[in-house]
Amino acid sequence: MADLHLKNNLARSFSSKSFVEIFLTMPTALWLVLFFVIPSILIFTIAFHCADSAGGIGSEWTLETVKKVASSNYVAILWRTIWVSAAVTVICILFAVPVGYFIACANRKIRPWLLLFFVLPLWTNFLIRIFAWRLVLHPDGFLRKSLIFCGMSDEVFLLNNMGAVIAVTVYTFLPFAILPVYAAAEKFNFALLEAARDLGASRFKAFYSVFIPGIKKGIITALLIVFVPALGSYAIPDLIGGVSDELIGNKIALRAMQNRNLPEAAAYAAVLAIIIIAPIAVWFAFNRKNLRAFIKARMGGER
Amino acid sequence: MKSRFTSLLVTLFALAFLYIPILTLVMQSFNSSRFGGEWKGFSLKWYEALFNDAAILDATLNTLIIAFCATILSTILGTLSAWALHRFKTKLQEANYTLVYAPLIMPDILMGISLLLLFVSMGADLGLATVVIAHTTFCVSYVAFTVLARLQDFDFSIIQAAQDLGAGWGRIIRQILLPLLWPGIAAGAMMAFTLSMDDFVVTFFVGGPGSTTLPVKVFSMMKHGSPAIINALSVIFMSLTFTVAIAGQIITNKKSHK
Repeated sequence: MADLHLKNNLARSFSSKSFVEIFLTMPTALWLVLFFVIPSILIFTIAFHCADSAGGIGSEWTLETVKKVASSNYVAILWRTIWVSAAVTVICILFAVPVGYFIACANRKIRPWLLLFFVLPLWTNFLIRIFAWRLVLHPDGFLRKSLIFCGMSDEVFLLNNMGAVIAVTVYTFLPFAILPVYAAAEKFNFALLEAARDLGASRFKAFYSVFIPGIKKGIITALLIVFVPALGSYAIPDLIGGVSDELIGNKIALRAMQNRNLPEAAAYAAVLAIIIIAPIAVWFAFNRKNLRAFIKARMGGER
Repeated sequence: MKSRFTSLLVTLFALAFLYIPILTLVMQSFNSSRFGGEWKGFSLKWYEALFNDAAILDATLNTLIIAFCATILSTILGTLSAWALHRFKTKLQEANYTLVYAPLIMPDILMGISLLLLFVSMGADLGLATVVIAHTTFCVSYVAFTVLARLQDFDFSIIQAAQDLGAGWGRIIRQILLPLLWPGIAAGAMMAFTLSMDDFVVTFFVGGPGSTTLPVKVFSMMKHGSPAIINALSVIFMSLTFTVAIAGQIITNKKSHK
């Protein structure tokens, strides 16, 4: 009798527990399926439709759009997108490693302040940062004027070229690169560097073959956190770059907003999605800790 | 200490790189010359022009309405989800975890185009509602992970104790959960609000003529020449985001000192 009563109780509390779980999980899960998963699938399916004359999506299935995109200059644009993102990533890492090292070595009391100074620019609006750069690089701005004053020829123009696009993209992502490198450097045991020096390694050698491998995970997280969003850049090349500097993001926006050819925009977006998913899937397949580090770094800038 | 010296130099250079554009902007907003490399005297005329621009006031209103709605929705959804992720360790939650972190990886432009495709396929009118839905979608994950981090140090036996003492769920939520989780939820909400106010790319894709936000307005102003009032607008906008973000930081810090 008592046994049966216990069983009933267990069954009831079990079912009420899973009811609570479903009640807590479902609203958000349904929202994300409807507004995240389904739209992501649409990128791939709508690429197999044609645009209708009203700027909507035709109802028939066709390979026309894919063929049209495949025969366009998309390979050149894709290639440019990849090398620009790679260059941005490398420059960010080259900055982030010494800065992360410096902050991790600094006095405990000033560390949070140093970190805050590097994260603070993230709190200004993205477009405002681009606008600020347009002021700095403007033909009448102080930077070009001082360069000319220092003896550069007055044919130097700083705005509307690839160099400017790379500089501003680095500007946008640098804080994101510094955070994970710093997080790894903070846990690094600096006595190892001294040990390497005592054993006769040069400063550079110790830094390069002890410190860098020691913060490898932080560096890879930083690589991904810069490279992935850089691949999707749209506003920076649009506002800072010249006419011939368009990246795949510009192509997507151009097709979607100006030409109102959504299937073509979807086809370009599908290409972008594939090159983004590949490196991430490989890295996260290794283990889940990588994922947590990534999430932490992604959120770090906003905290 | 040579490597320390090198890293100091790089750090100083990086700081200069980060702050020179911002300082230029702030200075320029008080400069009466339009673009000049030269200083033509202190002036508030750009601020004056800004406050007389009806389109900008409209855009500000839209930005705040959208941020407010998206914050409320994403805070509710994110908190529920964080609670489920923390409380249950089932297969369902493993799938749920994947679902919640995936949007963090998606670049803005893909989120924008994919939602545009959805709204167009559904035949929805693009406007405030579609922008609120889009913002809620990318804010949910940030809120969920912020609240989840705070939940890690929440002692669940308190709830058990309250139940044993006869408290109902309504009372538990009002008197235990909300007061204890409030700092985490507030930090998540702050983050959602700043993310929403800040967003340009997604809004650009899913917005309509009636839902122009400040970032979208700034973008179109930049496209059609750069009127100098953007300087003034930027400074005001910057101080606004800084205030919200720093308030969030203070709340977070208070919590961690307890």
